[in-house]
Amino acid sequence: MTQTSGGDVRLSGISKTYGSFTAVHPLDLTVPAGSFFALLGASGCGKTTTLRMIAGLEDPSAGTVELDGRDITALPPYKRPVNTVFQNYALFPHLDIFENIAFGLRRRGIKTVKKQVEEMLDLVELGPMARRKPTQLSGGQQQRVAVARALINHPQVLLLDEPLGALDLKLRRQMQLELKRIQTEVGITFVHVTHDQEEAMTMADTVAVMNGGRVEQLGAPADLYENPGTTFVANFLGTSNLIEAEVVTAGGDDLLLTAGGSKLRLPAGRCRATARTGGTVLAGVRPEKISLAHAGDAGTIADGRNRLTGRIAHAGFLGVSTQYVVETPGAGRLAVYEQNVERDARLAPGAEVVLHWNPAHTFGLDASQDIGAGADTGEETA
Amino acid sequence: MAVLRWLRRHLVVLAGLGTLGYLILPNLVVLVFSFNKPNGRFNYAWQRFSADAWADPCGVADLCGSLGLSLRIALWATAGATVLGTMIAFALARYRFRARPAVNTLIFLPMAMPEVVMAASLATLFLNMGIRFGFWTILIAHIMFCLSFVVTAVKARVMSMDPRLEQAAQDLYASPAQTFLRVTLPIAAPGIAAGALLSFALSFDDFIITNFNAGSTVTFPMFVWGSAQRGTPVQINVIGTAMFLIAVLCVLGGQLLSGRRKRS
Repeated sequence: MTQTSGGDVRLSGISKTYGSFTAVHPLDLTVPAGSFFALLGASGCGKTTTLRMIAGLEDPSAGTVELDGRDITALPPYKRPVNTVFQNYALFPHLDIFENIAFGLRRRGIKTVKKQVEEMLDLVELGPMARRKPTQLSGGQQQRVAVARALINHPQVLLLDEPLGALDLKLRRQMQLELKRIQTEVGITFVHVTHDQEEAMTMADTVAVMNGGRVEQLGAPADLYENPGTTFVANFLGTSNLIEAEVVTAGGDDLLLTAGGSKLRLPAGRCRATARTGGTVLAGVRPEKISLAHAGDAGTIADGRNRLTGRIAHAGFLGVSTQYVVETPGAGRLAVYEQNVERDARLAPGAEVVLHWNPAHTFGLDASQDIGAGADTGEETA
Repeated sequence: MAVLRWLRRHLVVLAGLGTLGYLILPNLVVLVFSFNKPNGRFNYAWQRFSADAWADPCGVADLCGSLGLSLRIALWATAGATVLGTMIAFALARYRFRARPAVNTLIFLPMAMPEVVMAASLATLFLNMGIRFGFWTILIAHIMFCLSFVVTAVKARVMSMDPRLEQAAQDLYASPAQTFLRVTLPIAAPGIAAGALLSFALSFDDFIITNFNAGSTVTFPMFVWGSAQRGTPVQINVIGTAMFLIAVLCVLGGQLLSGRRKRS
């Protein structure tokens, strides 16, 4: 496999409207060369439209697409050094696997394709399948053909449109690692569209979370997860507990909040909202950051931790961990994930408990947003 | 009891064989009587075996001339209907235009209309326009009624085609012309072929519409009809059997070819 240098993709003010419906609001986005970039969002958020505008399959209503500093907005798809792995693969049913993979080379007038196609077949481990028709292959094999058919052209950018959506969970996990391996090996820029937050976080260097035709937040997966900027991101990427809290004291390194009579501290640097004394913010904390203690052990909890009291409403045993739902007065229902290391047998539904966590793990969001945004769509894939 | 059980188990096969017999028996009669040596002009009763007719298939005046004309008309009608019908099918499947629903319905009319009515109106039309009956009027009529079959067959194929296949071709450096030739056309080909075969068969043995619009021109079905009044030469059976065997051979050959391709 020859090393191909990827190109960087720059979208400037790009938008797409269909009549009165705006699929993508004016969008600026830069995908650095050689990176694995994911566009993440629920269906209808504009991520596929954005991808298709990079491929040239959709004309942007406004804005420009640049590739390696060259404006390619006006180029038709067959003149762009960009290839796509389509949802459901779109393999040519009348051609065998060999000819499917050779298609791009032949269209560019390359006569001797045998060696390159065979190399590509080896890369995706489909050598013996060369003369089969696409319908004679399994879903995972078809997916690898689709990747090979695109990669053989050494595009500067490879676009992947929900490439793993049709595979079952186990195969999907395997292909995630496979795609990541191929990307590292060939060094091409990958732009990956998916609705699966886990997939985006596993594979991508940078994730752009899209919602309603806009990019809500962009960053490295860990950064997005730890520091969500909106309720949508907080709920769509994993699960978040969002607590409506009143600001008692603003100013200083920590904000002092009160929720249902309990005092909470929030590092000022992690608060996305402008906090005024007497105002409201949403205090967020991830379920795995919270520890549970039986009410009887409340005294053993170290000082300086955020704490809330409540009653266990539900406990779900998952093997590695247990997921609790705790009913708290004032903060509503909170999710808590506990590793099953030293289980306290008293932590059963009905038990009175204290939830406590390091205040540094608290993040603050603007309270004017919809507290449940992104929660339903996130559940489906979680 | 054993008989009943055997019957129940093999009922599907028996029904299948029965249907096959029902379909093939008439063709067998034609075949057998092509080797007959009738007394008199009518080939309706078996006399004795003879291959005379096979040795001299054109032995009856005008038979081979009418056969040649029918084949020529069928080929041209197939070509015309297939090209036009394919284009109409693509237009109907791909584009949204104002007259689309109307065209969609009108294209079915020739299939739904009683043939004899259509034949009479066509004749009226040609007569009023002052067009002389003959080869061209027959060809125009045949293309007209074959069109709907081609459109129906091709449209179904084009509609069920994944639009992403063409996008994938464009994404893989195929220009619009290459995309059409390398992806769209090959995928639509089975529909086009089905439409073409149907057109050929329909045109070749059409009698009613042809009879109204032929003037003094005589096609093969008209020749058979005409001669049946005065007697049926054995050569008609020979031509019929030959057509049947050629068709069977074509189908078998096609199946062998596709079978071998699949195995390799």
